[in-house]
Amino acid sequence: MLSSLRTLWYTFLHLFRPAVTVAYPEEMPYLAPRYRGRIVLTRDPDGEERCVSCYLCAVACPVDCISLQKTEKEGRWYPEFFTINFSRCIFCGFCEEACPTYAIQLTPDFEMSEYDRQNLVYEKEDLLISGTGKYPDYNFYRVSGLAIPGKDKGEAEHEETPIDTRSLLP
Amino acid sequence: MSNSNEIVAGLLNIVLGLIFLMVVASLLTWVERRLLGFWQDRYGPNRAGPFGVLQVVADGIKLLFKQDWIPPFADPGVFVLAPAISMVTVMLALAIVPATPAIGIIGNLNVGLLFFLAMSGLGVYSVVLAGWSSNNKFSLLGGMRAAAQMVSYEVFMGLSLVGVVMLAGSFNLTDIVHAQRHLWYAVPQFLGLVVFFLGGIAETHRLPFDLPEGESELGAGFHTEYSGMKFGMFFIGEYIGIMLVSAMTTVLFLGGWYGPILPPLLWFGVKTGFLVAFFILLRAALPRPRYDQFMAFGWKLLLPLTLLNILVTGALMLAGPAPL
Repeated sequence: MLSSLRTLWYTFLHLFRPAVTVAYPEEMPYLAPRYRGRIVLTRDPDGEERCVSCYLCAVACPVDCISLQKTEKEGRWYPEFFTINFSRCIFCGFCEEACPTYAIQLTPDFEMSEYDRQNLVYEKEDLLISGTGKYPDYNFYRVSGLAIPGKDKGEAEHEETPIDTRSLLP
Repeated sequence: MSNSNEIVAGLLNIVLGLIFLMVVASLLTWVERRLLGFWQDRYGPNRAGPFGVLQVVADGIKLLFKQDWIPPFADPGVFVLAPAISMVTVMLALAIVPATPAIGIIGNLNVGLLFFLAMSGLGVYSVVLAGWSSNNKFSLLGGMRAAAQMVSYEVFMGLSLVGVVMLAGSFNLTDIVHAQRHLWYAVPQFLGLVVFFLGGIAETHRLPFDLPEGESELGAGFHTEYSGMKFGMFFIGEYIGIMLVSAMTTVLFLGGWYGPILPPLLWFGVKTGFLVAFFILLRAALPRPRYDQFMAFGWKLLLPLTLLNILVTGALMLAGPAPL
């Protein structure tokens, strides 16, 4: 009985506490830099697409919202199309973890409401951004051993020139 | 000539009173949600209109435009009758409450207090019939609980008022307020006040005594099957019930319209409003007791207390000169 009265009093005192509500559209909440929101495709420092169409993001995606098709141009792999269905996406970030080239990244932006569900299907031109995202210096083709036009085997960073095994014969 | 004028004035009084009640009762839904919000460290509805007052209008429009549905397995006649009883009984009971000697519909009724008890007794029918006619297990359980709860708490509520009637020597609410000119009955009849208020919460089946509804265990209890404006009538009936119990407590124990400086009507409003806010605070703070604990609390604690209250009041009145 007495504890009920004490509860009443403590509850009454809450009248003088500030509300914890964040009045969202007028007052924006703080989003951490690692907040998992809208997904983007980044470019390398040279302005080329980072995505190499390895399909690892599509494999990792638990809700199968990523769809892409590989194509090849001058020794490089590109996605012919790259589609993310945001009406399915659960923003788990597995695609970002799976990506070997830091191409797919999640951003602190969640305001992507649409009246039409179809508008939530983002194509490659909607996903691609002009910047490098969270890793400004990383360029996959500069560190990988893959030969592309303008960079032969052994010319990548921290890569030794390949050894001609036939010349090693005694 | 003067007779017809009186009739017109009386009708006008009733219509104005009805409109006032409906408006205040619907505003109360907003007040409750705002206050609950503040007590739970949030804002409550604050978007529609200034401070969110127009939320009431939005809710009203929504309720009016909902499909008025009667389940095929329900008993249609009784199903429609039940919400009407809920609203009519509390409104009739409010008619006998005198806000000031001049303002009130029949504040001078010589059996006012008995009329109030009779009407709150009839109010049980709304909940029981709603639960029965819905033909659904949750509703039936809610109705059954409501019957047991309201019938038993009516006993204590009636008995707790005996002390007041003994002191005032009248069933007339205006006379009872006049008798409190010097000292509110909250002082000599403190036990009566506590028991009456607890009984009032049980009668209006408000939280924490909302066992007939008990949404965590019975869905929504007796009004599980109700939607649209029929649900709205239960809703409005509940809020008018809150006002009724608050106004009655003010009249019977808190000296009605008496108070220094401020005009009488304002004093009545302030006291009633304070009690309404207390009703909402109770909802914000306290959990619902278990059903058997609730009944045991009534019969084993409140009943002896009220009887003791009557006994002591009577003994004191017989022993000395009338204390007040």
